[in-house]
Amino acid sequence: AARLSGGENRLVSLPLSRIRVIMKSSPEVSSINQDALFLTAKATELFVQYLAVYSYKHGRGKEKGALTYSDLSYTAEECETFQFLADILPKKILASKYLKMLEKEKQDGEVGGDDEEDED
Amino acid sequence: MAERPEDLNLPNAVITRIIKEALPDGVNISKEARSAISRAASVFVLYATSCANNFAMKGKRKTLNAGDVLSAMEEMEFQQFVAPLKESLEVYRREQKGKKEARKDKDKKADSEEQDKSQEEENEDDDERMEEEEQNDEEEVDN
Repeated sequence: AARLSGGENRLVSLPLSRIRVIMKSSPEVSSINQDALFLTAKATELFVQYLAVYSYKHGRGKEKGALTYSDLSYTAEECETFQFLADILPKKILASKYLKMLEKEKQDGEVGGDDEEDED
Repeated sequence: MAERPEDLNLPNAVITRIIKEALPDGVNISKEARSAISRAASVFVLYATSCANNFAMKGKRKTLNAGDVLSAMEEMEFQQFVAPLKESLEVYRREQKGKKEARKDKDKKADSEEQDKSQEEENEDDDERMEEEEQNDEEEVDN
Protein backbone atom coordinates (compact mmCIF):
# COMPACT_ATOMS: atom_id res chain seq x y z
CA ALA A 1 0.00 0.00 0.00
CA ALA A 2 1.31 3.37 -0.91
CA ARG A 3 -0.54 5.18 1.83
CA LEU A 4 1.76 6.08 4.62
CA SER A 5 1.68 7.55 8.02
CA GLY A 6 -0.73 10.19 9.05
CA GLY A 7 -4.27 10.91 8.18
CA GLU A 8 -2.60 12.57 5.25
CA ASN A 9 -2.37 10.71 2.02
CA ARG A 10 1.21 11.72 1.61
CA LEU A 11 3.53 9.27 0.05
CA VAL A 12 6.31 10.23 2.41
CA SER A 13 6.26 12.45 5.51
CA LEU A 14 9.91 13.06 6.13
CA PRO A 15 11.13 16.13 4.25
CA LEU A 16 13.28 15.16 1.29
CA SER A 17 15.32 18.32 1.64
CA ARG A 18 16.45 17.37 5.12
CA ILE A 19 17.18 13.79 4.14
CA ARG A 20 19.29 15.17 1.35
CA VAL A 21 21.32 17.32 3.73
CA ILE A 22 22.11 14.30 5.85
CA MET A 23 23.05 12.20 2.84
CA LYS A 24 25.30 14.89 1.45
CA SER A 25 27.14 15.21 4.72
CA SER A 26 28.87 12.01 3.66
CA PRO A 27 32.05 13.18 1.98
CA GLU A 28 32.30 10.35 -0.48
CA VAL A 29 28.88 10.97 -2.01
CA SER A 30 28.87 13.03 -5.19
CA SER A 31 25.30 13.12 -6.35
CA ILE A 32 22.00 11.57 -5.57
CA ASN A 33 19.27 10.95 -8.05
CA GLN A 34 15.71 11.86 -7.21
CA ASP A 35 14.46 8.29 -6.90
CA ALA A 36 17.29 7.40 -4.56
CA LEU A 37 16.45 10.38 -2.39
CA PHE A 38 12.82 9.40 -2.21
CA LEU A 39 13.64 5.77 -1.41
CA THR A 40 16.01 6.77 1.36
CA ALA A 41 13.38 8.96 2.95
CA LYS A 42 10.78 6.25 2.69
CA ALA A 43 13.14 3.59 3.99
CA THR A 44 13.89 5.80 6.97
CA GLU A 45 10.20 5.95 7.80
CA LEU A 46 9.95 2.19 7.60
CA PHE A 47 12.99 1.98 9.80
CA VAL A 48 11.50 4.25 12.44
CA GLN A 49 8.35 2.14 12.52
CA TYR A 50 10.31 -1.08 12.70
CA LEU A 51 12.61 0.11 15.46
CA ALA A 52 9.72 1.40 17.54
CA VAL A 53 7.60 -1.70 17.16
CA TYR A 54 10.43 -4.13 17.68
CA SER A 55 11.63 -2.34 20.80
CA TYR A 56 8.16 -2.15 22.22
CA LYS A 57 7.49 -5.81 21.60
CA HIS A 58 10.70 -7.03 23.15
CA GLY A 59 11.16 -4.49 25.85
CA ARG A 60 9.89 -4.09 29.36
CA GLY A 61 8.28 -0.72 28.89
CA LYS A 62 5.30 -2.63 27.58
CA GLU A 63 4.50 -3.68 31.14
CA LYS A 64 3.58 -0.08 31.76
CA GLY A 65 2.21 0.67 28.33
CA ALA A 66 5.21 2.75 27.38
CA LEU A 67 8.14 2.78 25.04
CA THR A 68 11.23 3.76 26.98
CA TYR A 69 14.82 4.55 26.19
CA SER A 70 16.01 1.32 27.72
CA ASP A 71 13.72 -0.65 25.38
CA LEU A 72 15.64 0.94 22.54
CA SER A 73 19.10 0.40 23.94
CA TYR A 74 18.17 -3.16 24.70
CA THR A 75 17.21 -3.66 21.07
CA ALA A 76 20.46 -2.13 19.86
CA GLU A 77 22.43 -4.45 22.03
CA GLU A 78 20.52 -7.68 21.54
CA CYS A 79 19.32 -7.59 17.97
CA GLU A 80 21.94 -7.99 15.31
CA THR A 81 20.06 -5.97 12.73
CA PHE A 82 20.16 -2.95 15.00
CA GLN A 83 23.66 -3.35 16.24
CA PHE A 84 24.88 -0.42 14.18
CA LEU A 85 23.00 1.71 16.71
CA ALA A 86 24.77 0.32 19.74
CA ASP A 87 27.15 3.24 20.05
CA ILE A 88 24.50 5.91 19.99
CA LEU A 89 22.08 4.04 22.22
CA PRO A 90 24.27 2.94 25.08
CA LYS A 91 22.78 1.20 28.02
CA LYS A 92 22.43 3.35 31.05
CA ILE A 93 23.34 2.40 34.52
CA LEU A 94 22.92 4.18 37.78
CA ALA A 95 25.78 6.46 38.72
CA SER A 96 26.20 4.57 41.97
CA LYS A 97 26.67 1.32 40.09
CA TYR A 98 29.20 2.92 37.81
CA LEU A 99 31.19 4.24 40.72
CA LYS A 100 31.18 0.80 42.28
CA MET A 101 32.50 -0.63 39.03
CA LEU A 102 35.33 1.87 39.02
CA GLU A 103 36.15 1.01 42.58
CA LYS A 104 36.33 -2.64 41.76
CA GLU A 105 38.57 -2.03 38.77
CA LYS A 106 40.96 -0.12 40.94
CA GLN A 107 41.06 -2.87 43.46
CA ASP A 108 41.67 -5.49 40.81
CA GLY A 109 44.99 -3.93 40.11
CA GLU A 110 46.58 -0.85 38.75
CA VAL A 111 45.41 -0.04 35.26
CA GLY A 112 48.79 -0.09 33.53
CA GLY A 113 49.83 3.39 34.50
CA ASP A 114 47.60 5.39 32.20
CA ASP A 115 45.46 6.54 34.98
CA GLU A 116 44.79 10.02 33.83
CA GLU A 117 41.84 11.51 35.49
CA ASP A 118 40.71 14.54 33.70
CA GLU A 119 37.99 15.90 35.83
CA ASP A 120 36.63 19.11 34.45
CA MET B 1 29.65 23.43 3.36
CA ALA B 2 29.30 23.15 7.10
CA GLU B 3 26.01 21.92 8.42
CA ARG B 4 24.76 23.05 11.75
CA PRO B 5 24.18 20.10 14.07
CA GLU B 6 20.43 20.54 14.00
CA ASP B 7 20.37 20.22 10.24
CA LEU B 8 21.28 16.59 10.57
CA ASN B 9 18.23 15.96 12.68
CA LEU B 10 14.84 15.04 11.42
CA PRO B 11 11.77 17.03 12.45
CA ASN B 12 10.50 15.90 15.84
CA ALA B 13 6.86 16.23 14.97
CA VAL B 14 7.12 13.93 12.00
CA ILE B 15 9.18 11.33 13.85
CA THR B 16 6.72 11.36 16.72
CA ARG B 17 3.80 10.90 14.38
CA ILE B 18 5.40 7.96 12.64
CA ILE B 19 6.13 6.27 15.95
CA LYS B 20 2.68 6.90 17.35
CA GLU B 21 1.03 5.39 14.35
CA ALA B 22 3.20 2.32 14.42
CA LEU B 23 2.50 1.54 18.07
CA PRO B 24 -0.79 0.45 19.61
CA ASP B 25 -3.09 3.22 20.74
CA GLY B 26 -2.40 4.76 24.09
CA VAL B 27 1.24 3.73 24.36
CA ASN B 28 3.36 6.45 25.91
CA ILE B 29 6.59 7.37 24.27
CA SER B 30 9.10 8.94 26.59
CA LYS B 31 10.86 12.04 25.36
CA GLU B 32 14.14 10.24 25.66
CA ALA B 33 12.87 7.38 23.56
CA ARG B 34 11.61 9.71 20.89
CA SER B 35 14.86 11.60 20.78
CA ALA B 36 16.78 8.35 20.61
CA ILE B 37 14.72 7.11 17.70
CA SER B 38 15.26 10.38 15.90
CA ARG B 39 18.99 10.07 16.28
CA ALA B 40 18.82 6.46 15.20
CA ALA B 41 16.97 7.53 12.08
CA SER B 42 19.71 10.00 11.17
CA VAL B 43 22.31 7.32 11.67
CA PHE B 44 20.27 5.03 9.52
CA VAL B 45 20.33 7.55 6.69
CA LEU B 46 24.09 7.84 6.95
CA TYR B 47 24.58 4.11 7.06
CA ALA B 48 22.21 3.53 4.14
CA THR B 49 23.88 6.26 2.12
CA SER B 50 27.31 4.88 2.70
CA CYS B 51 26.17 1.40 1.81
CA ALA B 52 24.34 2.56 -1.31
CA ASN B 53 27.36 4.55 -2.33
CA ASN B 54 29.46 1.41 -2.26
CA PHE B 55 27.13 -0.15 -4.77
CA ALA B 56 27.31 2.92 -6.97
CA MET B 57 31.07 2.83 -6.89
CA LYS B 58 31.05 -0.82 -7.76
CA GLY B 59 29.01 0.11 -10.79
CA LYS B 60 31.48 2.89 -11.55
CA ARG B 61 28.81 5.51 -11.13
CA LYS B 62 29.00 8.77 -9.30
CA THR B 63 25.30 9.18 -8.86
CA LEU B 64 23.39 7.13 -6.33
CA ASN B 65 20.35 5.59 -7.89
CA ALA B 66 17.28 3.69 -6.75
CA GLY B 67 18.90 0.30 -7.27
CA ASP B 68 21.78 1.26 -5.03
CA VAL B 69 19.44 2.13 -2.20
CA LEU B 70 17.50 -1.11 -2.58
CA SER B 71 20.72 -3.11 -2.62
CA ALA B 72 21.79 -1.28 0.49
CA MET B 73 18.61 -2.33 2.28
CA GLU B 74 19.32 -5.95 1.54
CA GLU B 75 22.89 -5.58 2.62
CA MET B 76 21.83 -3.98 5.89
CA GLU B 77 19.42 -6.83 6.55
CA PHE B 78 16.26 -4.85 5.94
CA GLN B 79 15.09 -7.05 3.10
CA GLN B 80 11.53 -6.70 4.27
CA PHE B 81 11.64 -3.06 3.20
CA VAL B 82 12.40 -3.83 -0.41
CA ALA B 83 8.92 -4.79 -1.61
CA PRO B 84 7.06 -1.86 -0.02
CA LEU B 85 9.80 0.47 -1.21
CA LYS B 86 9.42 -0.70 -4.77
CA GLU B 87 5.69 -0.15 -4.61
CA SER B 88 6.07 3.33 -3.26
CA LEU B 89 8.64 4.11 -5.87
CA GLU B 90 6.18 3.27 -8.61
CA VAL B 91 3.64 5.65 -7.18
CA TYR B 92 6.28 8.33 -6.72
CA ARG B 93 7.47 8.02 -10.29
CA ARG B 94 3.97 8.34 -11.61
CA GLU B 95 3.40 11.41 -9.49
CA GLN B 96 6.58 13.00 -10.71
CA LYS B 97 5.71 12.23 -14.28
CA GLY B 98 2.29 13.77 -13.82
CA LYS B 99 3.82 16.91 -12.43
CA LYS B 100 6.24 17.20 -15.28
CA GLU B 101 3.54 16.91 -17.82
CA ALA B 102 1.42 19.42 -16.04
CA ARG B 103 4.33 21.76 -16.10
CA LYS B 104 4.95 21.17 -19.77
CA ASP B 105 1.38 22.00 -20.51
CA LYS B 106 1.67 25.13 -18.50
CA ASP B 107 4.75 26.15 -20.38
CA LYS B 108 3.02 25.61 -23.65
CA LYS B 109 0.13 27.77 -22.55
CA ALA B 110 2.46 30.43 -21.31
CA ASP B 111 4.02 30.62 -24.71
CA SER B 112 0.83 31.02 -26.61
CA GLU B 113 -0.93 33.22 -24.09
CA GLU B 114 0.35 35.87 -21.76
CA GLN B 115 2.97 35.03 -19.18
CA ASP B 116 0.75 33.24 -16.77
CA LYS B 117 2.48 32.74 -13.50
CA SER B 118 0.24 30.40 -11.64
CA GLN B 119 2.68 28.41 -9.62
CA GLU B 120 0.21 27.28 -7.01
CA GLU B 121 0.62 23.63 -7.80
CA GLU B 122 2.34 22.04 -4.88
CA ASN B 123 4.30 24.93 -3.57
CA GLU B 124 2.73 24.55 -0.14
CA ASP B 125 4.49 21.34 0.58
CA ASP B 126 8.05 21.98 1.50
CA ASP B 127 9.19 18.53 0.67
CA GLU B 128 7.70 19.04 -2.71
CA ARG B 129 10.05 21.89 -3.14
CA MET B 130 12.10 19.64 -5.33
CA GLU B 131 11.37 21.86 -8.27
CA GLU B 132 14.89 23.03 -8.29
CA GLU B 133 16.04 19.48 -8.44
CA GLU B 134 13.43 18.35 -10.87
CA GLN B 135 14.75 20.64 -13.50
CA ASN B 136 17.79 18.52 -13.77
CA ASP B 137 16.99 14.88 -13.60
CA GLU B 138 20.58 13.98 -13.30
CA GLU B 139 22.31 15.88 -10.63
CA GLU B 140 25.83 16.65 -11.45
CA VAL B 141 28.48 17.12 -8.87
CA ASP B 142 27.38 20.17 -7.02
CA ASN B 143 29.67 20.53 -4.09
